[in-house]
Amino acid sequence: MNRDPSPFRTASTASTATSPTPKYANLTASTNLRYSLTRKSIYDRHLNRTKTSELSKSAFAFLFGEMVQYAQKKVYGVQDLEKKLNLHGYAVGQRFLELLLWRDGRTAKRETRILGILQFISHQLYRAIFQKQADTLEKVRENEDEYMISDNDPVVNTYISVPKEMSQLNCGAFIAGIIEAVLDGHCFPAKVTAHTAPNELWPGRTVFLIKFEPEVLEREALRVGS
Amino acid sequence: MNVSGWFEAVASCSSATTNSRSQALSLHPAASHRENLTSSSFKPPTPRPGHLPNMVVYAVLILNKAGGLIYQRDFNPGLQKLSSNDYLILAGTFHGVHAITSQISPTNETSSSGLEVLESENFVMRCFQTLTGTKFLIFAEPRQQNLDVVVRRVYELYADYVMKNPFYQIEMPIRSEGFDRHLNSYIKPHQ
Repeated sequence: MNRDPSPFRTASTASTATSPTPKYANLTASTNLRYSLTRKSIYDRHLNRTKTSELSKSAFAFLFGEMVQYAQKKVYGVQDLEKKLNLHGYAVGQRFLELLLWRDGRTAKRETRILGILQFISHQLYRAIFQKQADTLEKVRENEDEYMISDNDPVVNTYISVPKEMSQLNCGAFIAGIIEAVLDGHCFPAKVTAHTAPNELWPGRTVFLIKFEPEVLEREALRVGS
Repeated sequence: MNVSGWFEAVASCSSATTNSRSQALSLHPAASHRENLTSSSFKPPTPRPGHLPNMVVYAVLILNKAGGLIYQRDFNPGLQKLSSNDYLILAGTFHGVHAITSQISPTNETSSSGLEVLESENFVMRCFQTLTGTKFLIFAEPRQQNLDVVVRRVYELYADYVMKNPFYQIEMPIRSEGFDRHLNSYIKPHQ
């Protein structure tokens, strides 16, 4: 019994013998990834603390790679997988929009026009996430309700090579989900999809196609009239 | 390639690398300042990532830890073409030879790295084994310097574009477009 290697056993006997600290005190000490030495969790930190901090691209690539693999386990086909990645991105986008507007403080503005919200996405949102602006913002000539934001080298796709049998897939669906959430959050319901559109210089160029719901255009037309 | 030709090549490459490096580091004012100071003095010619001196690399082979061939690509003519089956045999044989050479070290060191360089009249082969047992083989023109730099850069590209790709199954043959592209632009930059 004396040589019992279980840490729980020794700790609990020690705590009852010496101090009135709770039984699982050693557990919080071992999980100090979440609780720092000052016993403050990441939720106690100021929200601006991570505003300018950077993330390791490799660490992100591995995390995102695992996300793709995880999503791949439970899907049938490419479209399903893209939808899943889109949903992951949507959850991120919802939270990120909140944070972004909170950080803007008093200068935060509510976008009410299509062009305004698209510029907000391709400039502010893109810079906040990727530290660069989106490369182009265009309108689809044939369709009134479609817009395109393009990114020459999306961060999520840097290390990803899609196999030939899944050539339709673009993991930028994750970013499309973020954009969709931001549009939804501003009351511009839309469907956003990611498409690979390579050119000579940028083999990984991705276009995010934004298709607004009809009511958005209806509202926009009313505003133009007034 | 004669010696003077080699030095010319090295000189041109080192000036090119300083340029590209100061550009890459231009975000950090202190670093670029340091770069300017050192560029006037003599610098040993060490190729930087993304830049290869005038060097003819014939082929790159990657072996997994079981000795299976997972990547084979010819870049320049110079090696005999083999059938895909023969490449597999070559890889397996080399794996065995490497295992033997790592055991028969004449010194008493417990761990030997095994076969690293193989030189012949017509080519030189450099082998690099990672900690996980993956082997990188580079075949190049004889009397090439700095092949270990090349092999490490290939390892870096492998770590980036193969291991970070969620569609790659470990230990399986490499079919990664990004890896192909970056390897090509590193080994054959001017063609």
